[in-house]
Amino acid sequence: MSLTFQLDGEDIAFTPGQSIMQAARAAGVYIPHLCWHPDFPAHGSCKLCTVKVNGRFGSSCTMEAQAGMNVENRTAELDDKRRTMLQMFFVEGNHFCPSCEKSGNCALQATAYELKMMSPHFDMFYPDRPVDASHPDVLLDFNRCIMCSLCVTASREVDGKNVFAMGGRGILGRRIHINSESGRLADTDFALTDRAASICPVGVILPKRRGFDVPIGKRTYDKSPISEQVKEKAP
Amino acid sequence: MNAPMPLVKKLRVATTSLAGCFGCHMSLLDIDERILKLLDLVEFDRSPLTDIKHCGPCDLGFIEGGLCNAENVHVLREFRTHCKIIVAVGACAINGGLPAQRNHLDLRDILEEVYQTEHLLGRAGIPNDPELPLPLNKVHPIHEVVKVDYFLPGCPPSADAIWKLLTDLLAGRTPSLGHGLLHYD
Repeated sequence: MSLTFQLDGEDIAFTPGQSIMQAARAAGVYIPHLCWHPDFPAHGSCKLCTVKVNGRFGSSCTMEAQAGMNVENRTAELDDKRRTMLQMFFVEGNHFCPSCEKSGNCALQATAYELKMMSPHFDMFYPDRPVDASHPDVLLDFNRCIMCSLCVTASREVDGKNVFAMGGRGILGRRIHINSESGRLADTDFALTDRAASICPVGVILPKRRGFDVPIGKRTYDKSPISEQVKEKAP
Repeated sequence: MNAPMPLVKKLRVATTSLAGCFGCHMSLLDIDERILKLLDLVEFDRSPLTDIKHCGPCDLGFIEGGLCNAENVHVLREFRTHCKIIVAVGACAINGGLPAQRNHLDLRDILEEVYQTEHLLGRAGIPNDPELPLPLNKVHPIHEVVKVDYFLPGCPPSADAIWKLLTDLLAGRTPSLGHGLLHYD
């Protein structure tokens, strides 16, 4: 008999050791998330994937699925909290979608559409985050960083390079650092072919000379909402 | 023959572009022939379309653009005083948009570079005519200054998104934009 748990009233099968997120994903059910990626160990930092397990809040990317557990996901209560978290992401960085090359292919933007975020709600911080354009092939625009740390993990675990690191504290201090003497990307062994170069869910790590190459209407999330795409990709 | 229109009081609508590019107003005009239907339902008060200079009592106020100078703030407050419902239309009204890209620069440095030091630009000095509204130190979205009832994102929001919001409001529904109509770009 296969093991199952309930997710918004639907039976979800899982194998022991799978997280709630992994099991839901395999079943084609979307749980909003930003820092989780199917190819990497869960980081559990963005908290967007918070669900209610038997009435208590928990991160679905780090919590192991257990037989018979009752999980709430897309309830009004949880989506309201997620929308508020998204609004905080949007005000603590500089997220100007009209001038961003990642627009239409951005997980943060698509998630905000999914959760019907109509405004940033809070006062804007407008932090000063200079870009790093030193590398010949890649631009780093830190204005859009959401500190998911996927680039840190990908560079260390897949590329074996350790180009990125998280550092600093607070909204204005915490940021991605570049592991080179000068702090510039050009002075690392980072390459466009690295896994870390294509892992960014938002518009920080951008290949140069390729901006806006897909027209509006044909970009990833123009076609269908992010939740539908999880459903379509399920095995 | 057309049936006679029922005698319904038309809603009064005011619109303005603060620190915007009038692109959202252009997108409003992109509703094309639906504007005739709109004119059956609303009449315009203060708006770039009417050239009325000050806002009277209105049902609906459409605000394009954010706040980059003192006059923007005065106009916004006039709208909030006279309009029952305020809608923030477009990226600039909602998060500052393109004008807010100056926010990480010092205002004096910008003015000096544009009007004094940059050799390809003017060298007439920083304008100081008392008629000119003073720039704000930073550009702000309008919800930081007045209560905003509804938000319509987009750069600009598409004509269909504007039409959906208008028809929802005119029908007394809470505006709701589905996939394809809700866009930040």
